[in-house]
Amino acid sequence: MSESLIRLTELSMLFDGETVLDGLNLTINDSEFLTLLGPSGCGKTTTLRIIGGFLSPTSGDVFFNGRRINDVPPYKRQINTVFQKYALFPHLDVYENVAFGLRVAKLPKEEIDKRVTEMLGIVSLSGFEHRAVTSLSGGQQQRVAIARALVNHPKVLLLDEPLGALDLRLRKDMQNELKRIQQAMGITFIYVTHDQEEALTMSDHIVVMDKGHIQQIGTPEDIYNEPENAFVADFIGESNILDGVMLADYKVRIFGHSYVCLDSGFAKNEPVDVVIRPEDIDIVPAEAGVLTGTVTSVTFKGVHYDIIVDFGGFKWLIQTTDFQPVGAKIGIMLEPDAIHVMKKSVYSDSFGDYSSYSDEYDELEDDPEGLCDEE
Amino acid sequence: MRNKLLSAPYLVWMAMFTIVPLCVVVYFAFTSSATGAFTLDNILQIATYTPIFLRSIGYAIAATLICLLLGYPVAYVIAQARPGAQRFLYMLIMLPMCMSFLLRTLAWVSLLQDTGIINNLLGHFGIGPLPLIRNAGAVVAGMVYNYLPYMIMPLYTVIMKIDHSLIEAAEDLGCNGRQVFSRVVFPLSLPGIISGITMVFVPAVSTFYISQKLGSTSTTMIGDVIESQFKAAYNPNLGAAMSLVLMVLIFLSIGIMNRFAGADEDEVITV
Repeated sequence: MSESLIRLTELSMLFDGETVLDGLNLTINDSEFLTLLGPSGCGKTTTLRIIGGFLSPTSGDVFFNGRRINDVPPYKRQINTVFQKYALFPHLDVYENVAFGLRVAKLPKEEIDKRVTEMLGIVSLSGFEHRAVTSLSGGQQQRVAIARALVNHPKVLLLDEPLGALDLRLRKDMQNELKRIQQAMGITFIYVTHDQEEALTMSDHIVVMDKGHIQQIGTPEDIYNEPENAFVADFIGESNILDGVMLADYKVRIFGHSYVCLDSGFAKNEPVDVVIRPEDIDIVPAEAGVLTGTVTSVTFKGVHYDIIVDFGGFKWLIQTTDFQPVGAKIGIMLEPDAIHVMKKSVYSDSFGDYSSYSDEYDELEDDPEGLCDEE
Repeated sequence: MRNKLLSAPYLVWMAMFTIVPLCVVVYFAFTSSATGAFTLDNILQIATYTPIFLRSIGYAIAATLICLLLGYPVAYVIAQARPGAQRFLYMLIMLPMCMSFLLRTLAWVSLLQDTGIINNLLGHFGIGPLPLIRNAGAVVAGMVYNYLPYMIMPLYTVIMKIDHSLIEAAEDLGCNGRQVFSRVVFPLSLPGIISGITMVFVPAVSTFYISQKLGSTSTTMIGDVIESQFKAAYNPNLGAAMSLVLMVLIFLSIGIMNRFAGADEDEVITV
C-alpha cells in the first residue's frame, strides 16, 4: 500500500522562459488516490502531463517503479489518462471507444468483448454499446472516458479535472463513483483539480501547489487542520489569518491577549501567522468574551450564517447557526484546538482578511468556472 | 425572412443559368437534330463512344488517386505547421490558381514538348528527346497539376480541425505514430478525402482542354468529343445527350462514394 510507484525529482518546466514548475519533488505510492490541488497556473496539469509523457521536463527526472521514464513515449507507459474534455473518438461508438486500447494491444476478440462489457457495467453504461459518443450527455461521455482508460488495467490513472464540465449534483455522484472504482480496482489515481472540496472528499493525499511549488503534502485532515502557510489555509476552506507572537510553547499572543494553543517548536517571541477557522469560533455574550466586536454583515448560507464581526478594525468571518443581527455586540471564546499557528511565509498578510468580505463573494459569483471555489 | 430575401438574386441567377439550360440540354438530348421530333437515337448512339467514356473515367481516376497520394502528406504537413508557416504554405498551394488555367496548361506544353525545356536540358546530357507529350501520362500529369490544390484544400481544412487531444488520447491508449494515423487521423479525415476526391474527379472527368493540348488523338476524352459535337460536327443534340449521360455518371459515382464512406451525416462538399 505504501510502496512508492512514481517518483518525481527536482522537476522543472519552462515555457517560453516562464517557470511553470520549479524543482518539484514528489513520491506517489501504489494504489493511492493522490490529488494535485491548486489555482489555475499552479503547474498541476503540467505535472500530470509530464507523468503521462505528453511533456518532457526541462530538467529533473520521472521514475516509474524505480526506472527512469523521461524518454519513454506515452504509448509505452503503463499509464492511462482521462482528459479534461474527454477526447472521445467521434468516429467510433461507445463500445469501440472503450475497446480502442485493447484492439491496439491486439487482444483476442473474446477477451476484448468480456472486458469492455464488464467495464461498461462498472461505469453503468450497459446497453449504450452502440450509441454514438456525440449523442451522450456530459456525464455519460465522462464515464466512457473513464471506462476507456480503466479497461486497459493501467498501473496509474491520470485524471485532469475530469468533473469540471459537470453540474454540481452529477459531480457529487461521480466523486463517489470514482472513489469506489479506485478502491475496487486498486489502481493509483492521480487527480488534478482546483476544487478543494472535491480534493478533500476523494483523496488519500493532497498535494497543494502554487506558482510551480508544492506548498504542502498531506492527508485531507492534515491539510485542513494543520495548514503549513497562509496560502494553504486560505485555499482550503475559509480562514481568519491573524498576526501573532509565539510567547512560549503552547502560548500565543493575538491582539494583546495570550491564548493557550496546541503548537510548539517556535522560537521565543517569534512572529507567526495564526489561523482560526470560522466554524471553530464560539459566540458568547459580549461581557463573557475574550474579545468583543460588532456584527457588520450577515449572510444566510443554508446550514449556517456567515457573519462578519469587526474587532477594532480587523474583520473576522464567523460561521454560526445562531442568528446575530447586524449591529449586535458579541463576544467570542477560542478553545486551544481552534487556534493553529503557522510560520511566517511569503504568503503572510496576503490572505485571511475579511475587511473586503462582500467584494470577495461578488467575485466568486462572477467566476463562471469556479476557479476560486471556496465554501 | 430577410435572410431568404437575400438569397433571392442567386436563386434567380440559378434558375436562369442552371435550371433553364439544364432543361434545354434535356430537350436537345431527346430530340432529333434533323426534324426536332422526340427520339432516343442520340442516347443510343452514345454506345459507340463507350471506349472514350471509359478512357475519360480511367484518366480521371488515375489523376484523382495521384492527387490524393501527393496531396494528403502535403495537407498533413501544413496542418501540423506553426500558424504563420501554415498561412505561408497554404498561400504557396493556392498561388498557381491565381494564374489562368489555360496559361498553366500551355506552360506544360512548352515544358514537355520534344523541343521543350525538359528535353532541351536532357539533350545536353545526350539523352532524348523523350516522348513526354501527346500521351496518356502527359494528360494525367496535366490534370494532377491543375487540380491538386482542390485536393489539398479540403484535406487541410479537415486535418487542421482534428482535436489534438484525440491524438494524445490515442498515444495514451498505446498507439505508436503509425497507429495514431491509421486509427484516428485517417478515419477522421475521411470527409476531407471524399470531398477532395469529388472536387478533383468531377472536373477531371469532363475536361477537354488538357487532353487537347497535352494528349493525342488516342487520348481523346469525352469532353473533347462533346466540344466537337457543338463546334465542329454541328450536332448539339448528340453533344447534349453526352453531357447528360456524363452528368448522370458523375452523380452516380459521387453517390456510391458517399455511401461507401458512410459520409451521409458529415459535412461533405458535393459538387
